[in-house]
Amino acid sequence: MVTIKAGMPGIFYRRPAPEDEPYVSEGGTIAAGQTIALIEVMKTYNEIRAEADGTIGKFLVEDGDEVEIGQDLAELETA
Amino acid sequence: MSDIRVHAGGLFTTVQDLGRPGHYRIGMPPSGAMDQYSASAANLLVGNEPNTGLLEATYIGPTLEFTDHRLIAVTGATASVTVNGEPVEAWTAVPVGPSDVLGFSMLTAGARLYIAVSGGIDVPVYLGSRSTYTLTGIGGFDGRKLADADRLPLGEAGTRARAGHSVPESLRPEFGTPAELRTIIGLCSYRLTERGLKTFLDTEWKITKDANRVGYRLRGGSLEFTDRAQPFGAGSDPANVVDLGYPVGSIQLPGGDEPIVLLNDAVTGGGYATTGTVISVDRDRIGQAKTGETVRFVETDLDTALTARRERAARIDTIREALTGN
Repeated sequence: MVTIKAGMPGIFYRRPAPEDEPYVSEGGTIAAGQTIALIEVMKTYNEIRAEADGTIGKFLVEDGDEVEIGQDLAELETA
Repeated sequence: MSDIRVHAGGLFTTVQDLGRPGHYRIGMPPSGAMDQYSASAANLLVGNEPNTGLLEATYIGPTLEFTDHRLIAVTGATASVTVNGEPVEAWTAVPVGPSDVLGFSMLTAGARLYIAVSGGIDVPVYLGSRSTYTLTGIGGFDGRKLADADRLPLGEAGTRARAGHSVPESLRPEFGTPAELRTIIGLCSYRLTERGLKTFLDTEWKITKDANRVGYRLRGGSLEFTDRAQPFGAGSDPANVVDLGYPVGSIQLPGGDEPIVLLNDAVTGGGYATTGTVISVDRDRIGQAKTGETVRFVETDLDTALTARRERAARIDTIREALTGN
């Protein structure tokens, strides 16, 4: 199990827009490079991507939480 | 002619130098490195003059490939720096050669990395500076932040610098929190009550997500304004005044509870009361403060501000002498 970490501080969002479905659900499979969340900082929304293929475990922060650099965002069970 | 190949631009990496002063009257902010001291040190390490084009990377360092032999130096924020995956020292002149790749891991302190290359990033000079002002798309590399696959032109390197030279620890900045920002009270501090001004100075303000080269928006307190009759030409918000020029580093107070520190790329004037101005030397410090961290404003006077500026210049001279003297 590895974790996907925040590379920047800001506000964490799991959806591309408030009315949309989350990028990925807990237990969902993802491919390397796939967007799993957004972090808003410096007046831009920045895509957070998985670095490896795998299955998303738990999200470790809530939608709308403040995050800091290096903070764990989600568990990733690599394939 | 040689260049740098940008493998990954990072989050917000721009070409900067010490800025574009002298055009404020036409509404042109100075831009330039947010942390002028770290930028100057990086350039000196590689044998450039302090006001040479270099890269400023916010929060995430870029991945860069070199195409010829250069000296490089990384200063500013703290992060592990690698060349071809092998760790190299920050605040040190590091030799690189063709196909060497510079990379960074996550920042552990500070907000902005400076990456200097011997010969400098040789983008066209616009109004006396190579600094990027992204809001209007001027200066720097096409007036924008770097993107993957860009190629950055380099100038001709001199022969002054030597690999392995480094800036002594005692001359490197520290990024303790809260960041203490010495501030000269004015120009519109008269809009606050005595209690409002005290709250302003006593509050540990938190940097919101809206913090970039234009300005830093803060939260953490609510400031009390004096009653007044709305003057002709001023808006209805208690924080509105008749338009004035905003000093670089000035702190405006929209709504009384969201101070904004205006920085290198900020608007040059407007109708919000500015309650103080962060002194130039401590703008280096706020430029290294991150969203989520805290700052405190410490009242000071002009003599202290000018002394601090002379001391910063002296520290830069000390670095220059240490690098050329042995």
